[in-house]
Amino acid sequence: MNELEIKDLNAYYGDFLAVSQVNMDIPDKSITAFIGPSGCGKSTLLRTLNRMHEAVPGGRITGEVALEGQDLYGSGVDPVGVRRKVGMVFQKANPFPSMSIYENVIAGVRLRNKRISRKDADELVERSLRQANLWDEVHDRLQTPGGALSGGQQQRLCIARAVAVEPKVILLDEPCSALDPVSTLAIEQLLLELKERYTVVIVTHNMQQAARVSDQTAFFHADAEAWAELTRLEATLGDKSLPQGTRPPGRLVEYAPTDELFNNPRNKATADYLSGRFG
Amino acid sequence: MRSETLTPQRAGAAAAAFSVVAALAAVLGFLLIQGWPALSAGLGELPSHAENMWQLAGPLVFGSVLVAAIAMLFALPVALGTALYLVFYAPKRVATVLGGALDLLAAVPSVVYGLWGIMVLAPALAGPYAWLNENLGWIPFFAGEASATGRTALTAALVLAVMVLPLTASVIRSALALVPEASIEGAYALGATRWETIKLAALPFARRSIVAGSMLGLGRALGETMAVAMVLSPTPFLIGIKLLTSENPNTVAAYLAQTFPESHGIETSALIALGLALFAITCAVNSLARWITREKTK
Ligand SMILES: Nc1ncnc2c1ncn2[C@@H]1O[C@H](COP(=O)(O)OP(=O)(O)O)[C@@H](O)[C@H]1O
Ligand SMILES: [Mg+2]
Repeated sequence: MNELEIKDLNAYYGDFLAVSQVNMDIPDKSITAFIGPSGCGKSTLLRTLNRMHEAVPGGRITGEVALEGQDLYGSGVDPVGVRRKVGMVFQKANPFPSMSIYENVIAGVRLRNKRISRKDADELVERSLRQANLWDEVHDRLQTPGGALSGGQQQRLCIARAVAVEPKVILLDEPCSALDPVSTLAIEQLLLELKERYTVVIVTHNMQQAARVSDQTAFFHADAEAWAELTRLEATLGDKSLPQGTRPPGRLVEYAPTDELFNNPRNKATADYLSGRFG
Repeated sequence: MRSETLTPQRAGAAAAAFSVVAALAAVLGFLLIQGWPALSAGLGELPSHAENMWQLAGPLVFGSVLVAAIAMLFALPVALGTALYLVFYAPKRVATVLGGALDLLAAVPSVVYGLWGIMVLAPALAGPYAWLNENLGWIPFFAGEASATGRTALTAALVLAVMVLPLTASVIRSALALVPEASIEGAYALGATRWETIKLAALPFARRSIVAGSMLGLGRALGETMAVAMVLSPTPFLIGIKLLTSENPNTVAAYLAQTFPESHGIETSALIALGLALFAITCAVNSLARWITREKTK
């Protein structure tokens, strides 16, 4: 079954079209990787999936993103509610610095359920930290500040914080780019466990990581030549809907099961990128 | 590696630091030596025909703290709200204009606030005071007989509140502007509303600056002379919390300004001792602020 369905999605920053015409279906309980050279719109697209994109000034989209068949951008849909169903982990671990490990984990839950009992809270914290493979390392210092953990632990704390609100989807934007190889491995291991419960979408600039963990991979590229070609074509057809003369937007070049994409790319740009010829 | 050699820069910085401490010690020493004789002075020697130093200082210290505290009671929530609005709610252009206005307000001389207090605020408030007094007179602060002129301790406190508002708001605003984007995004991504994001990410981060801003404001309110001296017509030696009557306690700073030009000899000593008392209060306020914002260590 498809958890997320992205239809004709364009993402803008003001007038700048950053991501153009993305159509893709993301199956549930699986890991989907977004790869591509930097600046091709991976983060932007990811942030449209939980309506974080519109939190930046000028951020807007056209098109549709459906979660379990429900349009996340439909009229009357509250972005705050969307973000509770679609959690997010960022490139740089961002636990709330003034809060303890314990408080960080239940911060999201406390927002909606102020009167959660001590016992329920304790259980939730333990469950979430276990899901994030962090419990064994921190169970004896839950009241210490989250900011005092190592980088890799902080990132897992952020994952615990995200799973504590029981989302359907977890988005991760280059979660390992600031981590050492051992911590990276720990997160990758964790992702494989998380996909038992959640739909996982991960942006990574690390092709090996995509190959190791993901079930399907999407390759994005902001190809100047292809864009010039396309706008020329559209112009001759008299279509003025595409903005002219700007930086090329990121587009979905190829999307396939991970082994297929890595072993047998159908698009030349994908093959070039995978063989390290650019990016 | 930090070099331990004595570079000219290091020496300069150290000299500057020591001269600050030395200047402070010198001021303190001056106040102590000059003020000392007043502590043992008796009836006939002190200003305002006080019997002893305590009778003189007590009500003034009380008045200073009362008026300044009430001023902060009004100023802090408004300052916090203003800062939050400017940083998190206002459109960019509005924020720029309002922020500029705030900085301008901070630069208005206190005499102007005093004039505004007497000529505009006091008359405007006489009516509301009568109403408060009539309807909420059972609250000790509103008891007594409401002043017909509106020149009351509450008016003085309100003038002070308006005066310290820009300073406090701008300290808080600068702190809020520094809240890490990562924390804010983290809160939004958890499904926090804007207000919840403020509570989750911004306020804890800015906590120390909020306290610092309040203390700066309180310090300014405690030391303010002109605005209070102009608005209040004080009753000597009064200690009272009735804020709406025309019988008001005086403040240390205002009293000093009013009395100093006519004083000589031991009276001057007494006033200097009062200055020392004010200094002690501001030190206490500062220590309290430091204690509130201390790093939690385990
Ligand atoms: N806040 C922003 N305002 C304007 N343009 C942005 C902003 N963030 C990203 N962009 C632009 O959008 C494009 C895609 O960026 P991004 O999604 O961050 O790419 P990636 O994550 O693939 O490196 C880039 O051209 C980038 O410069
Ligand atoms: Mg990115």
